[in-house]
Amino acid sequence: MYRIGIDVGGTNTDAVVMQNEKVLLGVKNPTTEDVMTGVINSLKEVIEKTEISKDEISSVMIGTTHFTNAVVERQRLSQTAAVRLCLPAAQCLPPMVDWPEDIKSSVGGKFWMAKGGNEFDGREISSIDEDELLEIAEAIGRENIESVAICSVFSPVNDEMEKKALSILQTKLPNADFTLSSEIGRLGILERENAAIMNASLRNLGKKTVDAFGQALKTLGVACPYFITQNDGTLMGADFAKSYPVLTFASGPTNSMRGASFLTGEQNAIVVDVGGTSTDVGALIKGFPRPASTSVDVGGVRTNFRMPDVYSIALGGGSIVKKDQSVSVGPKSVGFNIHTDAMIFGGSTITTTDIAVGLGIADIGDAEKARALGNEMLTSTKEKIDMMITDAVERMRVSSESIPVLAVGGGSILIPEKVGDLPVVKPENFAVANAVGAAIGQISGEVDRIFSLADKSRDQVLAEAKDEATQKAISAGAKADTIEILDQEDVPLAYLPGNATRVRLKVVGDLDG
Amino acid sequence: MDKLKSVSFKELDAIEIGAAILGTGGGGNPYIGKLRCREELKQGNKINVIPLNELDDNALVVSLGGIGAPVVGIEKMEEGQECLRAMRALEQEFNCKIDALISSEIGGSNSMEPMLTAAQADIPVVDGDGMGRAFPEMQMCTWSIYGHKSAPAAMADEKGNVLVIKDTVDEIWVERLARSGVVTMGAAAGIAMAPMKGSFVKKYAIPHTITQALSLGRSVINANKENKNPIDAVLAHENGKLLMTGKIVDLERHLKGGFAVGQIVLEGFGDYQNDKGTIDLQNEFLVFCRNDKMEVCVPDLIVVLDSETGFPIGTELLRYGQRIAVLGLPCHNLLRSSRALDVIGPKAFGYHDLEYKPM
Repeated sequence: MYRIGIDVGGTNTDAVVMQNEKVLLGVKNPTTEDVMTGVINSLKEVIEKTEISKDEISSVMIGTTHFTNAVVERQRLSQTAAVRLCLPAAQCLPPMVDWPEDIKSSVGGKFWMAKGGNEFDGREISSIDEDELLEIAEAIGRENIESVAICSVFSPVNDEMEKKALSILQTKLPNADFTLSSEIGRLGILERENAAIMNASLRNLGKKTVDAFGQALKTLGVACPYFITQNDGTLMGADFAKSYPVLTFASGPTNSMRGASFLTGEQNAIVVDVGGTSTDVGALIKGFPRPASTSVDVGGVRTNFRMPDVYSIALGGGSIVKKDQSVSVGPKSVGFNIHTDAMIFGGSTITTTDIAVGLGIADIGDAEKARALGNEMLTSTKEKIDMMITDAVERMRVSSESIPVLAVGGGSILIPEKVGDLPVVKPENFAVANAVGAAIGQISGEVDRIFSLADKSRDQVLAEAKDEATQKAISAGAKADTIEILDQEDVPLAYLPGNATRVRLKVVGDLDG
Repeated sequence: MDKLKSVSFKELDAIEIGAAILGTGGGGNPYIGKLRCREELKQGNKINVIPLNELDDNALVVSLGGIGAPVVGIEKMEEGQECLRAMRALEQEFNCKIDALISSEIGGSNSMEPMLTAAQADIPVVDGDGMGRAFPEMQMCTWSIYGHKSAPAAMADEKGNVLVIKDTVDEIWVERLARSGVVTMGAAAGIAMAPMKGSFVKKYAIPHTITQALSLGRSVINANKENKNPIDAVLAHENGKLLMTGKIVDLERHLKGGFAVGQIVLEGFGDYQNDKGTIDLQNEFLVFCRNDKMEVCVPDLIVVLDSETGFPIGTELLRYGQRIAVLGLPCHNLLRSSRALDVIGPKAFGYHDLEYKPM
C-alpha cells in the first residue's frame, strides 16, 4: 500500500508517494489560484510517474496554508457571533477586545456575554440561564449570523457549560455552525476565545476547501480516506478538519521539520528549510518541533496554539545580492521569477543561487555567467550567507551537544557543509521534505487542565492524564499499541494552599490502517 | 525624565514591559491589566498620577491590588470593579474619603490594578509602590515592614461578596486570612488595605516606580526598534549587572505550601561558556548562584530576559532550552535595612545559611 503526502504552499504544491518507509517519488508544481488545480496536477503527476494503482493508495495527507492566509489577508471569513459564559465574572474585557479593527470588522465583531462558567476547582460561577441564552439565540438569528463561538470560563477544566449552551442555542439556530472553545484551546480565556472565534469564522471556508480536496481526489479516481495536517505534526480526519480549520495554522514549518527528521532518521536536530524568499529554522526534539513558549500572533490576533518555535530570516534561493561598500543579501527576492531573472538563466539580477553556481556548489543554468562575477564577490557573498545561517542556527540551538543540522527545501544548496561546529545532513528528496512530513503525520491526544492533589499523588494524577489523552488519541484514529507520551508538563498553581497542579500532556500514535 | 502626571494609551505598552521586568519572574502577567486600563481610557476615565512629593501629609492613601493565582487571573478575568468595591468598603469602615491609591507591588499585574481603579474612582494614583519589585506575600511590602497595620482590610470578589478583615494580631495573619478567603472566592479577588497617611507613604514608598517601569519598558522597546542590544539598555537603565547568558538545561518546579517552588539550571554561553548557573524560585526568582556559589539574592532583583529581545520571561513561561539573559538589579535601600531583611531577606525564604550582600 502507498501513502501520498501533499503540501500546498504559497508558491509550490508538492506531492510525494511513500511505500512504508521509502519515498518513491516527489514532484513540485506551482500552486494555483483555485488551489485545487495545483493539487490535481501534482497528484496526477506522482501517480502517473510511479505507475501505482489507485486502489493501492491507503491514505492521502494534505498540509495547507490556506486557512492561515485567509486570516492574514482578512478574506473569505464568515460573520461570527461570540458567546461568552462568564457572568458576573470576566466582564471587564469583552470578546475580541485586543483584535486589530480590520479583522474584527471582517468577522462582524458581534458578541454576547451570559451567565455561566466555572471556578478553578469546578464549582459554578453561576448557573446557565436558559431564557437568557434563548434571547441571545434570537438576537443572533436576527443578525443572520450562522457561525457561533461559545467560550466558558475554565472550560478546559469542565466543558459541561459549553455543551449545555450549545444545545440551547441550537434549538433556535438549527442551521448554525458552532465552535466550542474547550475543543480548541488551553487555559487563558482571551487566547482560547480568540482561537474559537477565528475557527468559527473559518468553518464555511473549511467545509468548502476540505470538500474540494475530496473532489480533487474523486476526479482522479482516488477513493481512500484523506487527512489534513495540524500544527503539531499530527493528522486530523477530513470531517474533523472541516470543524477545526484553525488547527492547521503553522502546519507548513511543522511538516518540513518532521519530514527532515524522517528522511535523515535524526530525532534531535536543527532543521534549516531554505525556500525561495525565506529560511525557516526550527529545533526538533524527539522527532517533533519544539513548540514556542510565548503566545503566538496569527494575523495580529493573540492565540495560545501549539505553534512550532520557528525563527525566520530573509534568505532564500532567490534572494537578491547587492554589492556597495560590502555585500548585502536579501531581504528582497526574485521569488518564482528566478527562472528568468537570475544571471545563470540569462537575467540581470544577482541571486544567491548564482553565487552557489559560480562557486561550483550547484550545477544549474549557465555557470559561466555566474563565474564572471569574480572570485572575491563570490566568496565574500558566500561568507555572508554562511554567517546568516550560522547565526540563525545558533539562536535555535538548545545545547552544546553536537546535534546535526538538517538541510531541506528547494534552496538548501546554500547551506554550507558545516554550520559552526555542527555537521550538516542533506537528505535525498530534501526539496519535498514538507510533503514527506505530511505523509508521515501521526495521531495525537492532549490533556491540559487543573488536577487537584488533595487526595491523589502526583504520579496518580499523571497516570490519569495519560489515560485520558490516550483515549482521545484512539478515538481520533490512533493505533492503541503505538501510543507514547510526546510531552508532559505539570505546573503547580502558585498562591493556592489547596494543592492543585496544571497538567499538560500529549500522546501520539501511528495512524490505524 | 519629567515627572509623570498622567498615563495615556502610549505609555501603557511600555509600563507593561517595565512592570513585567520588575516582577522578577512573578507578580502575574500585566497584559490583561493593560487592556483593562485601555478600556478605562476609552470610556473617558483618566489615569492621573501624583508624584510622591506632591502628596499632602494628611491625604489618605490606600494600597490595593488583585490577590489570587496568576493562572486563574488569565482565565477567570475580573468583573471589573472588585478593587473599587474593596476600596468603598474601607471608606465605609473608616467613615472617610480616600484621596489616592498606590500599588503594593509594581512588579507584574498589580502595577495596573491601582491605575485602573483610580481611573474608576476619579482619584490619582501615587507614583511609587510598596516593593519596587514583586514578592509572594502581602506582608512583604514596605508598609508592613515599617509599621503600618493593614487591618482593617477589605476584599471583594466578582459576585458581589465583600469581606472585611477587621483586626489581626500581626501582619502575617492578614496574609493568612486573605489567602483562605480568596480561595473560597474562586482564587481571584481585589484587596484593599487600611488607609495610610500621606506623610507615611512619602517616607516609606519605593519612589517613582511607575515612572521607572515606564522608562524601563521604553528603553527595551527603543533598543529593539533601533537594533541595539536590549539587555544593555536594561542594565544601563537600572544600573544593573549582567550575571550570565545561558540556556536552560534543567527545570524543576513543584508545589510547596501553595507556592511554585523550584530551580532552573543554566549552561552558560558567550562570555559565560564554562559557567553553570542556578536560579531558585518561589513564584519570583530568589537566589542566583554561579558554579554553586551565591552571587545575588533577595531582596535584590534577579531578572530573566529573552537573550535576543530583552522581553521578560515569567516563571510559568520558562521552558527547557530557552536562551536567556540573567540580570541582577539593585533593590532600593528601603529593602536593605535589617528590619526589611527580616521579612524579605534570604532567611525569610528559608535560606538560613545565606547572608545578604548588597550587589
